[in-house]
Amino acid sequence: MSQHIVVIGAGMIAQRFVEALVDRDQDSDFHVTVIGEEQYLPYDRIGLSRIFAGDDPSSLTLGEPMLWANSKVKLRRGVRATRIDRASREVHLDDGSELPYDQLVLATGSYAWMPPIHGSTLEGVFLYRTVEDVARIQEWAAKVSASGREPRGIALGGGLLGLEAAGALKAMGIGTTVVQASDRLMNVQVDEGGGHALTRLIERLGVEVRLNAFSDTFLGNDDGEIAGLRFTDGEEIPADIVVVSTGVRPRDELARDAGLEIGERGGVVVDDSCRTSDPHVWAIGEVANIQGACWGLVAPGNTMAEVAVDSLLGGASQFPGADVSTKLKLLGVDVASFGDAFARTPGALELVYSDPVAGVYKKLVMTDDARTLLGGILVGDATAYASLRPMVGAELPGDPSVWLLPEGGGGEKPQLELPDAAAVCSCNNVTAGTIRGAVADHECHDLSSVKACTKAGTSCGSCIPLVKKVMGEEMAKQGLVASNALCEHFAMSRAELFQAVQVAELDSFSAIVERFGSGRGCDICKPTVASILASLYNRHVLAEGRAGLQDTNDRVMANMQKDGTYSVVPRIPGGEITPEKLIVIGQVAKDFDLYTKITGGQRIDMFGARLEQLPAIWSRLVEAGFESGHAYGKSLRTVKSCVGSTWCRYGVQDSVAMAIALELRYRGLRSPHKLKLGVSGCARECAEARGKDVGVIATEKGWNVYVGGNGGFTPRHAELLAEDLDDESLFRVIDRYLMFYIRTADRLQRTAPWQEDFEGGLERLKEIILDDALGICEELDEHMSRHIGSYEDEWAAVLRDPERLKQFASFVNAPETPDPSLAYVESRGQRRPATREERESGPVLIAPTTLEVRS
Amino acid sequence: MTATVGTGRLVRVCALDDLTPELGAAALVAGEQVALFRLADGSVHAVQNLCPFSGAYVMSRGITGSKGDEPTIASPIYKQVFSLITGSCLVTMDKEPVDSGEGGLAVFRVVVDNGDVMVESKEAE
Ligand code: SRM
Ligand SMILES: Cc1cc2nc3c(=O)[nH]c(=O)nc-3n(C[C@H](O)[C@H](O)[C@H](O)COP(=O)(O)OP(=O)(O)OC[C@H]3O[C@@H](n4cnc5c(N)ncnc54)[C@H](O)[C@@H]3O)c2cc1C
Ligand code: SF4
Ligand code: FES
Repeated sequence: MSQHIVVIGAGMIAQRFVEALVDRDQDSDFHVTVIGEEQYLPYDRIGLSRIFAGDDPSSLTLGEPMLWANSKVKLRRGVRATRIDRASREVHLDDGSELPYDQLVLATGSYAWMPPIHGSTLEGVFLYRTVEDVARIQEWAAKVSASGREPRGIALGGGLLGLEAAGALKAMGIGTTVVQASDRLMNVQVDEGGGHALTRLIERLGVEVRLNAFSDTFLGNDDGEIAGLRFTDGEEIPADIVVVSTGVRPRDELARDAGLEIGERGGVVVDDSCRTSDPHVWAIGEVANIQGACWGLVAPGNTMAEVAVDSLLGGASQFPGADVSTKLKLLGVDVASFGDAFARTPGALELVYSDPVAGVYKKLVMTDDARTLLGGILVGDATAYASLRPMVGAELPGDPSVWLLPEGGGGEKPQLELPDAAAVCSCNNVTAGTIRGAVADHECHDLSSVKACTKAGTSCGSCIPLVKKVMGEEMAKQGLVASNALCEHFAMSRAELFQAVQVAELDSFSAIVERFGSGRGCDICKPTVASILASLYNRHVLAEGRAGLQDTNDRVMANMQKDGTYSVVPRIPGGEITPEKLIVIGQVAKDFDLYTKITGGQRIDMFGARLEQLPAIWSRLVEAGFESGHAYGKSLRTVKSCVGSTWCRYGVQDSVAMAIALELRYRGLRSPHKLKLGVSGCARECAEARGKDVGVIATEKGWNVYVGGNGGFTPRHAELLAEDLDDESLFRVIDRYLMFYIRTADRLQRTAPWQEDFEGGLERLKEIILDDALGICEELDEHMSRHIGSYEDEWAAVLRDPERLKQFASFVNAPETPDPSLAYVESRGQRRPATREERESGPVLIAPTTLEVRS
Repeated sequence: MTATVGTGRLVRVCALDDLTPELGAAALVAGEQVALFRLADGSVHAVQNLCPFSGAYVMSRGITGSKGDEPTIASPIYKQVFSLITGSCLVTMDKEPVDSGEGGLAVFRVVVDNGDVMVESKEAE
């Protein structure tokens, strides 16, 4: 008979416990019942603040929901355990029932602690631990914001959670003060120097910080609502909302009542296998007191879950100690602390770099010979964290100070070969050795199988670049090439396929898949082939048989939105536009009732156009001299400009004219990913050109060109390729750079990662592009001039072609009938798609416009 | 022009020639939105136009393809891949359907008769 495990608490660690058990208990020795007091499926508590940013609570749900469909597993939500009867091995629940167990696992976590301050029951004083707490805070914040005056908030507690709460208040538009009793913020993670830097950075964001501030009384108004806070020195500050994050306490009350051993400062005492003083009872996560402490972090909790499962299955795993390394972005400020951050190891050396102006503080803790890394603190710039944290306990090659100096200031960073024991994924305690083992022994040869096999990278995701790197290196060692296969239909990479197609001179998907692939293709290889054909032959995206290869965006030359309608972006080269043209855009938007927004790319986006309306909208725009802005294609997007020397008193060249010239030169150029350029009129760089694939910055003598920049999630500054070029040389250098990228990059690889991975780096690229080291420049030049010569506006071309226009019918048997499911709500004077809730609750809907169109 | 077969009615939707090979088209069948696909091998398939993972009526605008031997359609919004034969979701892209459910597509029977494409409505007569 299989044994019954009861888990009390359905939080993050309970989830991990059940996952590990289901995964490992192949003989079905156990079945599990999980008792959770909260109404939700176990969710990612770490991500709570994302709800303030607008995420739906359900997006925080952890793991695969299929877990709970397993017949061995039962989850009872909204039920609280009230008592443990150890003698009869039963748990009593608040619905009056009892649940017998063979093994009991306590995973009750912690509660947020309210310090003994008078008035803590006033309305508007909140704790911050659960989804419900967040809902209460949001509701109250909305109420005080609606009252008309500028709301003021206090985040009480200046630790990790306090700063997170401050960020949430700020995000809701509430003026915020952080009140901290200690002499610095995040005193558990950072030292004095780090604390100073952190305070400065946070104050710069407009959040007030009060240190050494002891709270005495929450002040209320006549309605029993919060009005302010009095400190012990008598000073008072006003407040409309207070979020208290002054620490957590283990929820050990059930264990206490049941007579289990409890730690001096709380927590259920367990041994290194997570067993409590009763051999049938286990404790894991924040409620457990292990090796003399309770850990308020996910990583040690997950380790306990794994250890407990192993012990239950007869294994001998022991808790190895907690890794309390943290890296956070609080209020947009990077903070990381790892290893022996406070230099407690005897003889430890501290190397410190501090730049108060930039707000950066970095410290490395090394052994007395300055060779082995022990730990560190990074505030303001934590980019080195991913490389350094896994090196704790290992020798750092070269001069350690290169890790402290700002990017570009300290020479090349050495390549680090991680020791096997180095933790790569701290959320899930996965070492470099485990990842190497997955590659070598379990045949995991791509990221998703490594993730599935080791769990690395499945929580916060911050380690994924490192996981990939370790995986790639190990595969190289095994003589394996990380598979570049495009998809199941093509074993080649995009770059290989590009060459194959070029050499074989094939120009249809069916011929290409027959010759180089198999099957009928898919949504990955078809658009890739379409892009290759477009780059090679410069023909219309919808030319003969090509339409079916394209993503809907390219197929209809507009961007699909969440409700299936499209957005329309006409090209506005360099961001320069006449008042007349602005009026046309406004008029078109008005006539078709399109939502309008200025984009981040210096132009105007019109949203909510239905498929069947697109040609009519284009014809109005084309008539007024507009063309497609290719907001949809993997192709040139925009060339951002600053105003430049024509108006700006500092400008040294006409950056707008150059931006327009470049945009017209490269418009319509299809590429592995989108392309963005920027041109600034002087070194002040108002066009943020160095954040673009190609950035051009004016000098007294001409133009400097920078390449391989990126915005997005992993921003990167472009690097200098050539200096002081005249217009013609500038065009030539960019022509070659772009063409070479188009021919050799992978599918969906932007220039930044392409350049980073390019063998020989920027120096080699310079040789190829500037010195023609491969002897291909003539070909690249010729290819680009063919592109420029054959450009035509895609919208105008469709409008001329009755066959292609047929593809813009809403329904094949009712070509003009709008999609009847569309529904909108008015918001800030324009319409937006109704949410699911709004659709269900009915009354707010505006039907899609069927406005009469003159065309 | 309708004919009765099985439980539903066969509704004429369009001429076969109105469908471009490998390019989907939406159709209204007895008030319901259906996505039609004429594949290169000549077969015609019909599934619900509603994408279960986004809640938008867009399946007709996805990309056709194959997974193993099974002809497929990929949703244009979040790229889930579905079988055109059974309607079941073959690649979920780690997403959940908006209505808790299996996330598959309803499949409609299609008859091509004398150049006409007819789809069986789910509604009984
Ligand atoms: C409309 C716009 C937001 C806005 O309202 O301002 C926008 C909208 C989208 N961006 Fe963007 N991005 C817009 C400016 C930017 C910028 C700012 C810029 O261009 O200066 C960036 C950072 C710069 C960069 O690209 O390096 C940006 C970085 C991204 C990324 C991340 C790319 C990366 O390399 O990491 C994606 C995702 C992707 O492409 O894979 C993305 C993807 C998208 C998509 C395509 C997401 C999608 O699939 O729906 C959005 C299309 C919406 C639409 O239908 O138009 N968008 N996006 C901006 C259009 C600019 C334009 O006029 O064409
Ligand atoms: C806003 C916030 C940000 C955080 N950020 C980070 C971070 O960046 N990094 C990090 O490592 N950690 C972070 N943490 C901490 C992390 O969330 C916890 O360490 C983790 O959730 C602990 O998991 P657990 O399962 O032990 O407890 P919990 O996730 O709290 O789960 C315990 C569950 O048990 C339930 N329960 C308790 N008693 C009973 C009972 N008698 N009957 C039934 N159910 C009961 C509770 O309702 C709760 O749902 C953060 C926490 C918060 C609140
Ligand atoms: S993709 Fe770009 S436009 Fe869309 S939500 Fe994200 S940041 Fe905004
Ligand atoms: S470190 Fe968070 S998922 Fe790996």
